[in-house]
Amino acid sequence: MVYLTRKIEFSASHLYHNLALSAEENRRIFGKCNNPHGHGHNYTLEVTVAGEPDPVTGMVLDLKELKAILEREITERMDHRFLNYEVPEFKEQIPTCENIARLIWQILEPKIVQGRLYKVRLYESADIFAECYRNGANHA
Amino acid sequence: MNDDLKVVLGRRYHFAASHRLHSTQLSDEQNWRVYGKCNNPYGHGHNYVVEVRVSGTVDPATGMIVNLVDLDNFVQREVLEPFDHKSLNEDVEAFRTIVPTTENLCKEIYQRLKHFPLAKLERVRIEETSNNAFEYAGEEFQDRGAVR
Repeated sequence: MVYLTRKIEFSASHLYHNLALSAEENRRIFGKCNNPHGHGHNYTLEVTVAGEPDPVTGMVLDLKELKAILEREITERMDHRFLNYEVPEFKEQIPTCENIARLIWQILEPKIVQGRLYKVRLYESADIFAECYRNGANHA
Repeated sequence: MNDDLKVVLGRRYHFAASHRLHSTQLSDEQNWRVYGKCNNPYGHGHNYVVEVRVSGTVDPATGMIVNLVDLDNFVQREVLEPFDHKSLNEDVEAFRTIVPTTENLCKEIYQRLKHFPLAKLERVRIEETSNNAFEYAGEEFQDRGAVR
């Protein structure tokens, strides 16, 4: 098995607020991430695909194809957006790094048909990331 | 549909400390041969980066595995306060008897963090410099051929 990783970057704004909680609870749990007008990050996304290289092309999947999928499915949806207001899933869920990484997994998994989606890692800053993979994956 | 999906949170911390690599089980000549200038008697320092990875259920109310404030406070108390701007050999009890290589530092930090009550510790990765990195995921972790 060979694993290939493609990286993209996007910039977006968000805020953390749960309507089921009081203003004070939101402030206590989310701190300055609860600021009402939001704030932004430069996100770095690393997408890892696992598979066997095609005997003719030597590729697990064509990186151009993966790049096109990422631009169409992720950059178009999220780059220079306010995630809470412009990504429908985040009307219900809080756009934390964990939830964004999980949504990206859910979006990408059915789109990657050559090889299989192995891991999604999303950096919110150089020192914070969330990643998703299947339970039991040979993850290190 | 994604019930078997695992979500991991990674957080990187920074501390600066000195160490000297010297094994009491080796002669002075052997120490010098094995450790080279890392054996210099007065020690030397690094800016260490500690990457802590934890997993758990994403709480639907907060969207979080764990509130970073709680993880930060725990790592601050267990690792950064005792290690930052210290001599690992002189100031950390464990390294009075074992050599403070970054391999051993990974294991020591893993032991200190594995009791974090709010999420499961998956892995500790330490960058001693931008060119050296070490990882430890506990003895029970079975490497079956993996990707980082």
